[in-house]
Amino acid sequence: MTEHMAPVVGEQESVDPPNQKIVRKKHWGRHVSAVATAIILGGILFSLFTNPNLEWDIVLRYIWDPRILNGVGVTLILSGVSMVIGVVGAVILAIMRISDNRLLRVVSSLYIWFFRGTPLLVQIIFWGFLGALYPVISLGIIGTDITIFSVPTNVLIGPFVAALLALSLNEAAYSSEVVRSGLLSVDVGQREAASSLGMSPMMTMRLIVLPQAIRIILPPMGNQTITMLKMTSLVSVIAGTDLLTNIQSIYSQTFEIMPLLVVASLWYLLLTSLLSIGQHFIERKYGQGVRVSVS
Amino acid sequence: MSVESDVATPQMGAEIMSLSPIVSIQGVHKSFDDNPVLRGIDLDIVRGEVVCVVGRSGSGKSTLLRCINALETVDEGRIIVDGETMGYEERRGKLHELSARRIAKQRLGIGMVFQQFNLFHHMDVLHNIIAGPTRLLRQTKGEAAAHARELLDMVGLADKATAYPSRLSGGQQQRVAIARALAMSPKVMLFDEPTSALDPELVGEVLAVMRDLATSGMTMIVVTHEMKFALEVADRVAFMDRGTIAELGPAEEVITSSTSEAAQLFFARVR
Repeated sequence: MTEHMAPVVGEQESVDPPNQKIVRKKHWGRHVSAVATAIILGGILFSLFTNPNLEWDIVLRYIWDPRILNGVGVTLILSGVSMVIGVVGAVILAIMRISDNRLLRVVSSLYIWFFRGTPLLVQIIFWGFLGALYPVISLGIIGTDITIFSVPTNVLIGPFVAALLALSLNEAAYSSEVVRSGLLSVDVGQREAASSLGMSPMMTMRLIVLPQAIRIILPPMGNQTITMLKMTSLVSVIAGTDLLTNIQSIYSQTFEIMPLLVVASLWYLLLTSLLSIGQHFIERKYGQGVRVSVS
Repeated sequence: MSVESDVATPQMGAEIMSLSPIVSIQGVHKSFDDNPVLRGIDLDIVRGEVVCVVGRSGSGKSTLLRCINALETVDEGRIIVDGETMGYEERRGKLHELSARRIAKQRLGIGMVFQQFNLFHHMDVLHNIIAGPTRLLRQTKGEAAAHARELLDMVGLADKATAYPSRLSGGQQQRVAIARALAMSPKVMLFDEPTSALDPELVGEVLAVMRDLATSGMTMIVVTHEMKFALEVADRVAFMDRGTIAELGPAEEVITSSTSEAAQLFFARVR
């Protein structure tokens, strides 16, 4: 190539090839689409912010309303506690699912099949109205008259406990698949090396397998947590006192539906954004030792 | 405390008769599904001895090694390491399978080095080495770390204590793996093709460490394809063929003047 080119270019512009200036290709299409997108986006935002029906003054009035702050608190507690119970349950279910014991495997599979196969909304209503199925909850010994305790169901399982049960049992089923994929991602050699040192299976799981599985588990688990935060809004059907329920009870009296939904959305957005930031830092912590090989 | 006396008794007995085998493999059979991999293995190894196990791939070498520390269970026969029947307990003339926890205890005195190194990816080099001693031997972090640094010095990696395994070459990883196994102060070291996954130029550094270890009097069972190493370091070489030990004797004798056809063919190819 160069031999052919040399006589043509050589005489007129005798620039050293390494010093030649590079002219980048112009991407006109990108500029046009960027401008078009900006105009459309600007138009939507403008119409939103100037739409009198959105009533931004009402949004500002309600955003720090104590009833709404209360709802935010309940939503946070509900999703936090459900997530903790759910993840513990998920780890147990995942370990059962890969255990050598067939009964444990079957029970785990059935659990996951049932709780993933029925809508969460149905599960929430089910736990909310458990009293219709079992009016009294009692613990006794089968075949005798001995009763250790006996409580009316509606006393033991109020809306909050029912919501907690529904969300955490459902979460355990979904997250167990996430945990299981994490456990399976750890090479068998890691387990064998731990065994050969003399670690028991429990210790191997705790010190070697789980810490490595967490790296795989974390990103989808962050997703699960964000989903959980928003799914708590479903408990409004059994009169839980979460953010959306409280918002609904306000606008059912004042009819300021749109501004209050904006208040709800702003809060949900804030909370999920905080979760995403937290997730980033946790992932960085558990990426130790593997980051290098990826790059 | 009962654990300590369990371990101590056979050890004291063995010291009186120092030539009694520390590893005794007796009539071991093992199949995977219907495929027999070990078909009657007998082999005694005495304290301080280095035995290289060689043979074609699929001849059962690695399986035999993995049976010694009960990573695989034997179907028939038994393996006694330092007085303990691996994986089983003899009660009233019967062998009862042990719990996973008990088997884990039995493995404490047996170090193993794998073909794929298997360093713990989420720990730096120092923590790879002290994980066992601090968790299983109840050493303090300080004691374990001091011992770890001696071992790292011995394998020539004193400057790598804080490196993560992914930052090390294969040869370096394998030397850390050797240090990790040695940190448990094992009575026997098992090597499962320790240089087979290495780039050719890195094989030497690992073999050098193993040679030093052999010189220091460690009892070693080495599954390997390195005939030169076997010739120089091994007290005895076992040649395995289709699940049996076809030849067994001094390295020189087995490698250069085997009588069986299978052995002659094998050694002609690998030398």
